[in-house]
Amino acid sequence: MKHWLIQHREAFKLIIGRMRHTPLATLMMLGVMGAMLSLPAILYVSVDNLSRFSGGLESEPQITLFLDRDTKPDEVRQLDQRLRAHAAVKEYRFVGRENAWQELQKSSGLGDVTAGLERNPLPDAFIVRTSSADPAAMEQLQKELAQWPHIEHAQLDAAWIKRLYALLELGKKAVLVLAGLLGFALVAVIGNTIRLQILTQREEIEVSKLIGATDRFIRRPFLYAGTLHGLGGGVAAWLMLAGVLYLFNRSVADLAQLYASDFLLHMLGLRESLVLIAGAAALGWTGAYLAVSRYLSAIETD
Amino acid sequence: MIKFDQVGKRYPGGYDALRNISFAIEKGALTFITGHSGAGKSTLLKLIAAIERPTGGTVLIGNQNVSTLRRAAIPYMRRKFGLVFQDHKLLYDRSVFDNVALPLHINGIVGSEAAKRVRAALDKVGLLAREKAMPIALSGGEQQRLAIARAVVSRPAILIADEPTGNLDADCAADIIALFRSFHQVGVTVIIATHDAGGIIPSDAKVLRLDHGELRGDGGKTS
Repeated sequence: MKHWLIQHREAFKLIIGRMRHTPLATLMMLGVMGAMLSLPAILYVSVDNLSRFSGGLESEPQITLFLDRDTKPDEVRQLDQRLRAHAAVKEYRFVGRENAWQELQKSSGLGDVTAGLERNPLPDAFIVRTSSADPAAMEQLQKELAQWPHIEHAQLDAAWIKRLYALLELGKKAVLVLAGLLGFALVAVIGNTIRLQILTQREEIEVSKLIGATDRFIRRPFLYAGTLHGLGGGVAAWLMLAGVLYLFNRSVADLAQLYASDFLLHMLGLRESLVLIAGAAALGWTGAYLAVSRYLSAIETD
Repeated sequence: MIKFDQVGKRYPGGYDALRNISFAIEKGALTFITGHSGAGKSTLLKLIAAIERPTGGTVLIGNQNVSTLRRAAIPYMRRKFGLVFQDHKLLYDRSVFDNVALPLHINGIVGSEAAKRVRAALDKVGLLAREKAMPIALSGGEQQRLAIARAVVSRPAILIADEPTGNLDADCAADIIALFRSFHQVGVTVIIATHDAGGIIPSDAKVLRLDHGELRGDGGKTS
């Protein structure tokens, strides 16, 4: 056990020493890997923030019927019956103007706007869900309902949210594809770096093998080098991402203020950060392992 | 300790480097392997040190058969030997001290214990004052001594040297041979290959003479 620890400590010290010996090359390497990894990370954060933003919104398309402000209660009841009888209406609910007003005042972000108004500007409304999700059918229903008496306005909303969700799904897939491709590139880059290191240390490897070094002994420092490069690249990517978000958030805050919102881009959480950095380290190890397996067998002494 | 029984080594392409070699070397013996260049001396040493495997016959080291050794066991077999290579195989990108420390690191010995052993080995070959020098700054004789220090630092039971006096002048060569004799005197089994049959071989040494891959005059003493 002690022997094993010593071997690992020595390999680790050796690689740290080599990295410190060539600080510029090491930093360049980490920078390149950080930039590569930060691309999918930035995309991920964008998609994540967008879905966070839209998460609170209704996702089912619906038609909102705003009634004339002077509609009488029994006229409302007539409308209610007509809606109940309509085949294309799946379900509906009535939102009285007082309820809507209270809800609006409670909902975050718009408190400042409502506080400035003296009286309730909202009309009564019906919120209608259609039995068909087909956009064309919904549009037809919207036009029909708009012709009914006492309906001031029939609004087909939330269709854009559906589109947004579809886009977000696409974005999530893009993150996966990009992460996969750049992860592959990372493995290749680290593998190549390790290959060059193996070539420059060819003599040492040869002599070590001749005087009784095990394959494991020879592999170990290179695996450490790959893992450390990956780890460093992951940390670099995290820092780059944090920098980009800091930069963006200064503009986002200005923009959000115009809409009386406190929306800000969120950084990766602890778990996601760990996944990024550990994943990068694992990719580094993989690249090193592939290179070492491929090129050490070429330096064969028996 | 080392036993060859009808050993042959054929390289790919059909060239027989060694044919039908049988001999035994006792523990603690001083043995010279002589012969013209191309006679198979280096191949014989490589077979002893488990750097190459025979294509025929059996090679026994201790009681282990090198031919049937698992690949993973070979490094541990090699550690039993101290090897002095014909071309030294020194590492020119590190100091004299670090060159000698390499076998110890492979064995997992580091720190002050390693430093103590490295200095003892350097002292033995007379290079203690040069431990911080780079190998390239050493003379031919000193490089040979450095290679010997690296071979003996992990205190192997068997010391093997391929042409250790190959390109040294007579005085230097005599010093090197004296050095090997001193290891022999403390019980190390020493095997030296040399093309230089005259002069340097001590009278009490066993001689194996190779000629075109075959053994002639096993056990004879030089006159």
